[in-house]
Amino acid sequence: MADLKRTPLFPEYEKHGAKTIDFGGWDLPVQFSGIKDEHEATRNKAGLFDVSHMGEIFVEGPESENFLQKMLTNDVSKLEPKKAQYTIMCYENGGTVDDLIVYQLEKDKYLLVVNAANVEKDYQWLEDHLIDGVSLKNESDSYVQLALQGPVAEKVLQNLTTLDLSTIRFFRFEFPVSFEGVADDAIVSRTGYTGEDGFEIYIPKESGPLLWQKIIQAGEPEGVKPIGLGARDTLRFEANLALYGQELSPEISPLEAGVGFAVKLKKEADFLGKKALLKQKENGLERKLVGIEMLDKGIPRTGYKVLSGENEIGFVTTGTQSPTLGKNVGLALLNVDYTEVGTVVEVQVRKRRLKAEVVKTPFYKRG
Amino acid sequence: MSLPKELSYSEEHEWVKVEGEKVRIGITDFAQSELGDIVFVELPEVGDELEADEPFGSVESVKTVSELYAPISGKVVEINEELEDSPEFVNESPYEKAWMVIVEPSDKSEMDELMTAEQYEEMITED
Repeated sequence: MADLKRTPLFPEYEKHGAKTIDFGGWDLPVQFSGIKDEHEATRNKAGLFDVSHMGEIFVEGPESENFLQKMLTNDVSKLEPKKAQYTIMCYENGGTVDDLIVYQLEKDKYLLVVNAANVEKDYQWLEDHLIDGVSLKNESDSYVQLALQGPVAEKVLQNLTTLDLSTIRFFRFEFPVSFEGVADDAIVSRTGYTGEDGFEIYIPKESGPLLWQKIIQAGEPEGVKPIGLGARDTLRFEANLALYGQELSPEISPLEAGVGFAVKLKKEADFLGKKALLKQKENGLERKLVGIEMLDKGIPRTGYKVLSGENEIGFVTTGTQSPTLGKNVGLALLNVDYTEVGTVVEVQVRKRRLKAEVVKTPFYKRG
Repeated sequence: MSLPKELSYSEEHEWVKVEGEKVRIGITDFAQSELGDIVFVELPEVGDELEADEPFGSVESVKTVSELYAPISGKVVEINEELEDSPEFVNESPYEKAWMVIVEPSDKSEMDELMTAEQYEEMITED
């Protein structure tokens, strides 16, 4: 364990009885009170997540919009200062480099928030395509990122700042935000990875532990709990939010993964992967990500094969027993001929073949 | 951590309780706490032959699947059908409500290879 990276919040985990695991080279909490308990706390009250392992790459300069239009599938020109956007970075062949959120901090200055395991790869990819008039800076080690997610998130966080949080709309952010006695230069966005209302907060790492403690303190009477990676995964899964490495990968295009809303094929700029994705769309997709629900008893898991008769028609990208629904469900990338809702398929669960049915997603939608 | 003295334990975290000519098998308190919330238990069928150290079923938590390894060889004479609807018994009551199978051992000398509560405790605290 000696070589694992730790976030500045590491000493806080122990106070809440965390069990940590090696997560892509990071020593991170997989659970605190238990995955189901944490999942429910986030759905019903709110959960606090340390997501400081995520990467922060700053893109700056007069050509930065043009550069990002070339690198990203979504339309960066739709951004304005204090607005954020979910987007994809693709290879020429349409496969996925990463999925990320791009924040426009001010004119000609952007923040890209990327997956922890991809920070170096993404930075290299951006640098390989860099144009004059743009500079890149990887500041991943300088920031703590906390997420406070759930119905009482706004109420709890409002205790710590004079900024009226209700003015921040979905996928908007405020900067610089002052948290009294903690720091005065935080970025606070109404974004998240759980399907709940909530915020993501970026703050210089020195101030991270104090902000965490203050949120825990303010949140305790409201039922806020610290949340580990286990529940983070079940929460995002129920809300049908893609996880890089499972729903998205160099072998899976964003169109196949069902995040086509973040791919603007009509935008003028010739972005990396555009040609391949246009072709995929014109020819019709060969595979598509769908939800499946088990009809037989068993739980679909990442990598399990999906069959129809003797034909292998795809595989499970994520699966578990949904803590909210209590049903055994999964996301699966299937041959498009088998993706209509109601289609019965079989999942190879170890030695057994179990029946499942294609169902609508998301499995959970906030009421 | 509960470790009843009257039980025997395997390296794969199963407990074995001798009941006359038969043995009752389940997983330990330590195992359930490591696994977290159990949501599914897959057991063999009555009549199946178990072979010591071979998988005979699985327990699934929200996050992972773990195989159950037979602590002893023999024929399954009863399974705990309640676990199908109440897998949470494994977390709540690993030694009582969450027994998994009752087996007629084919070679009782295999019992000698199991650990006492003290030996098992030593093993799990070493890790």
